[in-house]
Amino acid sequence: MEVCKLEIDNLDDLRKLSKKMRKKILEMALYAGASSSHFGGALSSVDILATLFGKIMNFNKVNLKNPERDRFILSKGHGCLVYYSILNILNIIDDDELKTFEKDDSKLLGHPVKSQNIGIDFSTGSLGMGFSLAIGVAIALKKKKLNNKVFVLLGDGECNEGSIWEAALCAPNLKLNNLTVIIDNNKFQQTGSNKEIMNIHDLEKKWSSFNWITKKVDGHNHKEIFEALNLPDEQLPKAIICSTIKGKGFSFSENNNDWHHKIMTKDNYELALKELEND
Amino acid sequence: MIDINTKKIDMWSKIGSRATLGIAILEIEKNLKNLCVVTCDVSTSAGLDRFRRQKPDKYLDLGISEQNLIGVASGLSSEGFDVITTTFAPFQTLRCCEQIKVNLGYMKSKVIMVGLASGLVLGTLGYTHCSIEEVGVLRSIPNITIISPADSLEVVKALTASINHNQSVYIRLTGGAPIEKVYNDDYNFVIGKAVQILKGKDVSIFSSGALVSSCIKASKILEEQNISCSVTNFHTIKPIDENMIKEELKSKKLIITVEEHNTIGGLGSAVSEVSSKVSNSPKIISLGIKDTYSDGGSYNFLLKKHGLNVEGIVKSISEEIFKI
Repeated sequence: MEVCKLEIDNLDDLRKLSKKMRKKILEMALYAGASSSHFGGALSSVDILATLFGKIMNFNKVNLKNPERDRFILSKGHGCLVYYSILNILNIIDDDELKTFEKDDSKLLGHPVKSQNIGIDFSTGSLGMGFSLAIGVAIALKKKKLNNKVFVLLGDGECNEGSIWEAALCAPNLKLNNLTVIIDNNKFQQTGSNKEIMNIHDLEKKWSSFNWITKKVDGHNHKEIFEALNLPDEQLPKAIICSTIKGKGFSFSENNNDWHHKIMTKDNYELALKELEND
Repeated sequence: MIDINTKKIDMWSKIGSRATLGIAILEIEKNLKNLCVVTCDVSTSAGLDRFRRQKPDKYLDLGISEQNLIGVASGLSSEGFDVITTTFAPFQTLRCCEQIKVNLGYMKSKVIMVGLASGLVLGTLGYTHCSIEEVGVLRSIPNITIISPADSLEVVKALTASINHNQSVYIRLTGGAPIEKVYNDDYNFVIGKAVQILKGKDVSIFSSGALVSSCIKASKILEEQNISCSVTNFHTIKPIDENMIKEELKSKKLIITVEEHNTIGGLGSAVSEVSSKVSNSPKIISLGIKDTYSDGGSYNFLLKKHGLNVEGIVKSISEEIFKI
């Protein structure tokens, strides 16, 4: 079966979308003030979510309550800035609400809280849990004979959790070909590199040995991400391993794990804005 | 939802609570289009072999992976399925405790969890398989109802009530097979409403699970010693029936809680939390496992060891009443 190709125009659109998302993430990080935010792990996922929400998923403001829309679960819940940024660009979360990020009584906390009015189907953030939810949803959609898809984004650090491997074993056994796992392989976790903390070794081999259709791509190359997400449907679920850069987009944050969770200063914000404009 | 008669009650009592669960699920399935029963390689232990064979579309075995179990159940629930999960009590609860907290408590996904062989009944297998802690742990998680049925009929009643309940439920199965009958006939079961089975003047015994029948027997022996006891079945441990507790506190000299659980965190704790708000509360004694992992052994051996057999309950009450 032929792999669906992305048109060049779409690639430009996706680049623009990613840029817009990075700007929103910067703004929210600034709004967070002294409470700081999970900046690096949000930025590594930007191009993945831009491609997914921009060109793949059937998900928009008007179909949020439609049982036939696609589902997205941010299992690496601490990366919520990227999630809120795309929901904002899709006009699901408004600009004023974005400013409430991590403020008292906000819906937009530092990990997503279930709120179906804004398209957040599950509360996530305790690592290793969103994946099993996605399996439950994928089973349910099959039982209901619906054709919509389920996408779940995991972190590579999150793959330290044993529950990830319970779920990884389960989905291919259930032949959940409506489920795609995307792994943001930015090679860092909270307090160091994967290699220093808990070496995950070859993710591609691991997932394929668990019987997933596995594809490794450059997680900042929209074309590669798009093509991987469009791999032909087989009888098995897909695992897309996206090789990414933590803190992608800004000189001070790329591959700098200090930006895992850090306060955005006005100086850094302005520097980042300039870098975005010149990009 | 399920036709109940004395013949069935007798049969359910003979086969015990686990096999009754399997039969009850087969019955309720007829009216539940979106039922999904999810287990972790325990279909035989849960009495579900027939269900597994007859209703494969409504049965899902996830293998031995309890953390995944709760996540998958919650995902199914979010899509409108009526989900029942079951495995042995320690694995149904503590093994996946944080998944229960986040998915069922915090996120309020509605799932009915059934903990098999809770308490001491698997004592010959050691305390890996006994469950004397889970009520205390689950009680501290908001949005979860906890039911501990007193006999097989109450398993059926609890299950059907849970289907229509507005939040997740943990059903704690205790006792062996056969299990003593507490009820000979159908009765009105309401989640959160304790049932006073015997009325007495001096002492009030609060119990739940398979020990309710032992408390009834103990009260009959105590009657012969001129100690008059009420016996109340607190089938719902959370939310606890505060009104029933307050009524008994007003009129009795002594309250005894009897449970197959650590004395920390279970029914006794729930009762004390209510009594602490009441002025001039009578003395409350909690019978249960006194915060220890004892040597293992058969069910009857362990009940006796922890003073939870009929003789032990009689002894504790008769000793305490004379101290007052």
